[in-house]
Amino acid sequence: MTVRLFVPRDAAALSVGAHGVALAFEAEIRGRGLDATLVRNGSRGLFWLEPLVEVETPSGRVGYGPVGPGDVPGLVDAGLLTGGAHRLSLGPVEAIPYLANQQRLTFQRCGVIDPLSLDDYAAHGGLDGLRRALALGGAAIVDAVAESGLRGRGGAAFPTGIKWRAVLEAEADIKYIVCNADEGDSGTFADRMLMEGDPFLLIEGMAIAGLAVGAEKGVVYVRSEYPHAFRRLGQAIDIARRRGLLGFDLLGSGRRFEMEARLGAGAYICGEETALLESLEGKRGQVRFKPPLPAHHGLFGRPTVINNVISLASVPFILAEGAAAYRDLGHGRSRGTTPIQLAGNVRRGGLIERAFGLTLGEIVEDYGGGTLTGRPVRAVQVGGPLGAYWPTSLFHVPFDYEAFLERGGMVGHGGVVVFDDSVDLAAQARFAFAFCAHESCGKCTPCRIGSIRGAETLDKIIAGEAPEANGDLVRDLCEVMRDGSLCALGGLTPLPVLSAFDHFPEDFERRPRSAAP
Amino acid sequence: MSGARQSSRLAEWDAGATTRIVEDLRHLDGPLLAILHALQDRHGYIDDQALPIIADLLNLSRAEVHGVVSFYHDFRRRPPGRHVIKLCRSEACQSVGGERVARRLEASLAIAAGETTPDGRVTLESVYCLGNCALGPAALVDGKLYGRVDEKLLRHLVSPEVAA
Ligand SMILES: Cc1cc2nc3c(=O)[nH]c(=O)nc-3n(C[C@H](O)[C@H](O)[C@H](O)COP(=O)(O)O)c2cc1C
Ligand code: SF4
Ligand code: FES
Repeated sequence: MTVRLFVPRDAAALSVGAHGVALAFEAEIRGRGLDATLVRNGSRGLFWLEPLVEVETPSGRVGYGPVGPGDVPGLVDAGLLTGGAHRLSLGPVEAIPYLANQQRLTFQRCGVIDPLSLDDYAAHGGLDGLRRALALGGAAIVDAVAESGLRGRGGAAFPTGIKWRAVLEAEADIKYIVCNADEGDSGTFADRMLMEGDPFLLIEGMAIAGLAVGAEKGVVYVRSEYPHAFRRLGQAIDIARRRGLLGFDLLGSGRRFEMEARLGAGAYICGEETALLESLEGKRGQVRFKPPLPAHHGLFGRPTVINNVISLASVPFILAEGAAAYRDLGHGRSRGTTPIQLAGNVRRGGLIERAFGLTLGEIVEDYGGGTLTGRPVRAVQVGGPLGAYWPTSLFHVPFDYEAFLERGGMVGHGGVVVFDDSVDLAAQARFAFAFCAHESCGKCTPCRIGSIRGAETLDKIIAGEAPEANGDLVRDLCEVMRDGSLCALGGLTPLPVLSAFDHFPEDFERRPRSAAP
Repeated sequence: MSGARQSSRLAEWDAGATTRIVEDLRHLDGPLLAILHALQDRHGYIDDQALPIIADLLNLSRAEVHGVVSFYHDFRRRPPGRHVIKLCRSEACQSVGGERVARRLEASLAIAAGETTPDGRVTLESVYCLGNCALGPAALVDGKLYGRVDEKLLRHLVSPEVAA
């Protein structure tokens, strides 16, 4: 029987040489006349092992990694096609502790299947949610999503069911489903991995959202920094259309849903939902005043559901397995699972899908294994560029929306960026202001001008100029930005800045200039 | 798509091609970004002469088109070098020495981020996260993603021996 060999085509795997590995295997298969086919899967999200090659054996999938093109002949000699032992052997992939200790619902197929095979998708439980949704009808779908406790995974954690109900109840000739795939936060890659590794899941989630609220048109806004994901999603949409998963007659039900993918153009603010809608309309990505909410007045003025990739991709499971199966997982008011993305200076960076409630320490130490450089962990930034910097003394805090808020931080889109003891938190605070200045849409003065003043003031502190007085100035500035900004770019930039000041004061106590020799 | 096809295969700007691109894409809802991407894919930048043509065909004011072009970091107003390095400058890459890579690259290419070498070989740009944050420092070189980069690797990727 033909053996299936898996070499990821995920962008991160490609970034460390997966393409060369695939070519080397193709050459071996041809050259030796091996009875094997190459499948280009997504990534499992165990990035320190990429390129991670897998072989399907009678006793399950066996892994090797990280594999370089030069390792390939030796791997074939060692009997990789039957799971033979080799220096790079990882054993059964699903028994690797990092993966075995996860609860993969949304990412259950990512890295497992051929992302562009609808048959593979269906054989692994795909489309069950959509079939169930077709049997239920709009209001019952919305009820299921509400009961599941799902909250938006894009950052604001707003209950998805409530949002959908508002659009269901809105009267309009046209409604839209918009997927936010702008994923601008540093330290995050869950949306990218999913679009590359299991794009039909997002398509299925969007179609279910369409059925739920009575929308027949969907648009995915993909950031331009993700050319691979954009291509893969486009291919998947074409296949879905040809196979009747999209179009005039969804799975033969007579219902219709069409969708397309659009490219952003390098603007962080376009991840903010109203700026994103402006951008989709072909305009500058400027934030709109709310109300009216997108649910009533969204894309081209029509009622619009706008959700993050992971929010939409969580829905098929909820429909297929029931709201309770999802809601029963989690911690406090944070229900279900979430993909934590472990990144930065960490030995084992990757994607960890778990029920809410893991502590920061478990994430960074147990999964991550400490820093890549081997030096002590000093800080982690959670939730992207608008998220707080955390000291290790807070590593007992559970991953939970409310628990993070209580301590002046946020979960955001679930990115955890690790820094070792060489980090300078004054420099990081300066970057937070500079990033805000670079990405500000320009609508409000505290954000547009305050961020520039903030960066200048931090330059003075870093240069040792009146650190105390300038520190007070920064705090005042943060207050003005927090209270006087229309959106969270200006409003939350104080979070990384003030957390750096509060938890790492020693980095701001520079020697006064006059004391220098 | 921007970033996917830089380097030597770029076409010179011409009015006819601009008109064709706009005609091809104007049926889209909110077509302007898609049109600008198509233009930049073809020429590597958005020529000033394209703006009035787009404005006329889409029934927009020139100021509106200009406002959009200038809002988005992706859109270049000048032709890029034959190779484009987009180096990630965000936090996860900073945590593994990304800024050091940026400084060394700027020094060895003798340009600042956002500039092109005088011989027209390399344009260096800053981007803010490429979704490769567990394998940083990350960079897109002529549309290809690389992880764990250093200055030596990046210079190698755009050197005459390796790249055309
Ligand atoms: C500055 C800024 C950037 C944002 N970036 C993103 C993003 O990249 N992706 C995302 O899904 N949500 C982002 N959001 C949140 C969105 O505004 C919105 O809450 C989200 O798309 C709603 O989807 P959800 O409920 O499924 O999370 C951002 C918000 C702000 C203020
Ligand atoms: S806070 Fe900044 S980004 Fe947000 S609306 Fe105001 S100016 Fe625009
Ligand atoms: S922070 Fe550099 S790739 Fe994400």
